[in-house]
Amino acid sequence: MVDTVKLTIDGKEIEVDKRLTLLQACELAGAEVPRFCFHDRLSIAGNCRMCLVEVEKAPKPVASCAQPIADGMVVHTRGPVAAKAQRGAMEFLLINHPLDCPICDQGGECDLQDQAMGYGKGISRYDEMKRSVQEKDFGPLVKTFMTRCIHCTRCIRFMEEIAGVPELGMTGRGEDSEVTTYIENGLDSEMSGNIIDLCPVGALTSKPYAFIARPWELKKTETIDVMDAVGSNIRVDARGREVLRVLPRLHEDINEEWISDKTRFAVDGLTRRRLDAPWVKRDGMLAKASWQEAMDAVTARLKGRDGAKIAAIAGDQVDCETLYAAKLLMADLGSPNLDCRQDGMAVDPSVRASYLFNTTIAGIEEADACLLIGCDPRHEAALVNARLRKRWRRGGFKVASIGPALDLTFPVTNLGAGPESLSRLADGQGGFAEILKNAERPMIIVGAGALSRADGAAVLGAAHAIAERFGAVTEDWNGFNVLQTAASRVGGLDLGFVPGPGGRNTASILEGARSGEVDTVILLGADECDTSALASAFVIYIGHHGDAGAAVADVILPAAAYTEKNATYVNLEGRPQHAVRAVFPPGEAREDWAILRALSGMLGRPLPFDSHAELRAAMQKAVPHLAATDEIMAADWQAFGVSGAMGEGAFASPVKDFYRTCAISRASITMAKCSEAFVAPAAATGTGG
Amino acid sequence: MLQDKDRIFTNLYGFESPLLDAAKARGDWDGTKDILAKGQDWIIDEAKKSELRGRGGAGFPAGLKWSFMPKQRPEGQPAFLVVNADESEPGTCKDREIMRHDPHKLVEGCLIVGFAMRATAAYIYIRGEFYAEAVALQRAIDEAYDAGLIGKNASGSGYDFDVYLHRGAGAYICGEETALLESLEGKKGQPRLKPPFPAMAGLYGCPTTVTNVETVAVSPTIMRRGGEWFASLGRPKNTGTKIFCISGHVNKPCNVEEEMGIPLKELIERHAGGVRGGWDNLLAVIPGGSSVPCIPKEICDDVLMDFDSLKEVKSGLGTAAVIVMDKSTDIVRAIWRLSKFYKHESCGQCTPCREGTGWMMRMMGRMIEGNATVEEIDMLLEVTTQVEGHTICALGDAAAWPIQGLIRHFRPEMERRIHAYRGSAAVAAE
Repeated sequence: MVDTVKLTIDGKEIEVDKRLTLLQACELAGAEVPRFCFHDRLSIAGNCRMCLVEVEKAPKPVASCAQPIADGMVVHTRGPVAAKAQRGAMEFLLINHPLDCPICDQGGECDLQDQAMGYGKGISRYDEMKRSVQEKDFGPLVKTFMTRCIHCTRCIRFMEEIAGVPELGMTGRGEDSEVTTYIENGLDSEMSGNIIDLCPVGALTSKPYAFIARPWELKKTETIDVMDAVGSNIRVDARGREVLRVLPRLHEDINEEWISDKTRFAVDGLTRRRLDAPWVKRDGMLAKASWQEAMDAVTARLKGRDGAKIAAIAGDQVDCETLYAAKLLMADLGSPNLDCRQDGMAVDPSVRASYLFNTTIAGIEEADACLLIGCDPRHEAALVNARLRKRWRRGGFKVASIGPALDLTFPVTNLGAGPESLSRLADGQGGFAEILKNAERPMIIVGAGALSRADGAAVLGAAHAIAERFGAVTEDWNGFNVLQTAASRVGGLDLGFVPGPGGRNTASILEGARSGEVDTVILLGADECDTSALASAFVIYIGHHGDAGAAVADVILPAAAYTEKNATYVNLEGRPQHAVRAVFPPGEAREDWAILRALSGMLGRPLPFDSHAELRAAMQKAVPHLAATDEIMAADWQAFGVSGAMGEGAFASPVKDFYRTCAISRASITMAKCSEAFVAPAAATGTGG
Repeated sequence: MLQDKDRIFTNLYGFESPLLDAAKARGDWDGTKDILAKGQDWIIDEAKKSELRGRGGAGFPAGLKWSFMPKQRPEGQPAFLVVNADESEPGTCKDREIMRHDPHKLVEGCLIVGFAMRATAAYIYIRGEFYAEAVALQRAIDEAYDAGLIGKNASGSGYDFDVYLHRGAGAYICGEETALLESLEGKKGQPRLKPPFPAMAGLYGCPTTVTNVETVAVSPTIMRRGGEWFASLGRPKNTGTKIFCISGHVNKPCNVEEEMGIPLKELIERHAGGVRGGWDNLLAVIPGGSSVPCIPKEICDDVLMDFDSLKEVKSGLGTAAVIVMDKSTDIVRAIWRLSKFYKHESCGQCTPCREGTGWMMRMMGRMIEGNATVEEIDMLLEVTTQVEGHTICALGDAAAWPIQGLIRHFRPEMERRIHAYRGSAAVAAE
């Protein structure tokens, strides 16, 4: 039961939760109050003075964003007092603003522009010289034009509160105050792009997107992201056949309204190093070919071949439909050798709870202690880390890690580097064991760095034992989590894209390819495994980028990237979501499922669907929970992992370079610049500057 | 006219030693223990009876303000008295003299007022430029500690109370109470949003009251002599004595403690040796520090120097810093100089002040020589009202008022300059 108060807003009586601010109450009453500095997810600054409203009996207009509400308040948001205050604030904001809208990238989606139309005066009375501010260098992602800054401090508050990297601040006083990094350096945060969205004016804009397009020219497609396994909701803005930018879309349970810099800026990789035509190897050299030639070559190789000699490995960004079609094709070829785990992560495909982020991302906010095992959420799943930080900021949340020492933007106690420390904790030793024991809702996050080792199954078993020992799994709470790093992974495991009876897993396929026991390998966008092992095998690469997989291919069948197809992806929580086509694949590239369907036809065993809709229906029939879009089917808690001796050596995160983790990001110039700016310097000698 | 027997600051001019022995001889620290023994409620009651109003400028009833502090606090939560010694208002130099020559009045006041509001410690935030004053005040604090007057079992009362001195860095805005708290916490001095008010969540989120040096320093004497004595001086609601700082075009600029409500003319003529060139040579007076609107000679003739009288003439007592300007003054330029000051001291946090102070200064700059139009005077006035009352703290108001005062009383002069400038421009063009 929440306490409510009654107040009158613009003549309308309304009863609202008394914890709201006046601005929120006004919104509920249907009164629009202009604002610049206020943002739902940031602390209240109250500095733009745009949201001033008249409250009866108050001596002067009050800033509604910061005003607690009280019973019986009578508020006028559009009366003469409020209107004068708002017009005044608007005029002050504009006097030193350059009004260079025609050459400003924010034009068309600018809060200042919009609100000046609604609340401004229409003419300027300011005849003095305008202020100009020196440009700042915020790194390769954020372009600055600080003369346009209206000092709302949203960016400062975001970096400090959400991103946890307090690199921005305000220097100077009065008119001369400037938002700056003080010591000029780039914003070393994997969340920095969000300040572009937050900036209500054109002071902070996207550097890669500078002067490229106007918002009204763009076709906007609401889809999801595959740069990591989080499944951030995004909007893809495209013009013609080119994706120009990616913006976040609100999803309270996943990414709130933020996205990581890789999600936002890697899209220039979609137009570079693309496979836009089939290629066939002739005389040791790949040569452009027609679809017919390429398909003939593949058919010739596959037809009549012993299934045991054929294998398939799925990459990290393959959609569910493709995986399902490929699985059926492999069955037709009589091959049990298929795997969707390029890194060999030792989760148990038969127990869904063993590979999901069971707590859910939103569920993190209810946890009261957290143990990280061999994972680096900041770089493996930036939005999960943002949620952990959000939980930490509320207090009463202790986090410890076993693995590399981490800077997660909040304090983490390092309990050790590897399995030894894990065993100690499993035995209940150490101070953090006490914390886990006393926690009501402890959570454990196991990363690929711990599970992709030779002893992965034993580590999984140990993590299971810890979850049991400390009561991380109860009737209404599942605190066991695996932090997946690949967007295709959970979908692949759900669909059973794993070795059949007697089949080979990734490591064994590579082994077999070396020894010649496997002589034909289909790579579905798989670039992250040790492709050098495939040198002597016949490699059929179905994918969209000329990366490691294509380099060893004998036949390349060009396919579609995530922005170019309608597809289902299951995020790390086990939440199926749909990606929607924003642009068509380039050149002769085709959607992956269609390639597989055509191939099956040429092999004389056509797959049982003729359209994407039929394929999706068949897939959803086979795995019913994939039909429950945006819903999470909770997984049953069962035994998994093996209890055995773990190996030695420290856990290490698979993400060495946050900016270059997949074929798309490796093809991106922007990501290369980021990598150079933020990742390389750590290894450099320090003499570069 | 204040009689010597009613004078509180008996060493205002530093003719005697500021040290503890001399201070004691002047009556400081006399019976402090007994005052504390009468209890918190008695002290606050006495302050209310005295009708003492805050001496920092706003004139809020002091006893009432102290009573806002919570009587019960969660276990372990401290509460603070913060003394605002960041005296930076142009024209004002009263706290400086108190801290230089009568620091024990302030230290004793900290204990009594802090005790009354159940504070655990007092922080004195002193303006950075006041180096000598900080040294003098620290010496007094050290003396008081050594004599057991403050610290554990302060003055033998059984109450533990610490006093700390903190030097600011010389920003005017840090005299604003919440900016002062930010600065004291080590952050950039920018005013906080209110609510929450400091009495609820102030320094480090704990209950805090920020109060002016003079308010605190007069309190021990009020407690010793009784609230009724203090209330008997001056006029109702404008009681007691006040240190006036008289500067500008007078023959003998001075600080003087006088009864509240003394006529301005008497104050200037009796204590400051009169206006340079005689009373008739007076142009205007800024009666309460740079923030308040100026008043022309006609009003100065018979206005009384207290909160309510000056409010009636649309000015204010402020800090009681009387800035006298004779007829040789370029009044427009003088007010422009104040605009420049406020533009320079604006913290830049909120829009109207950040942008408005610069705009007002630039327009005022043109008004000096008349490079403007008559309509721009109205525009300037409107801009001041767009700043006034729309900012987080009162600096916006303070920047607006001097200009409003100027336009209210000296508009003909401004128009004359505009016409003259345009006339000469027209001639030059021919």
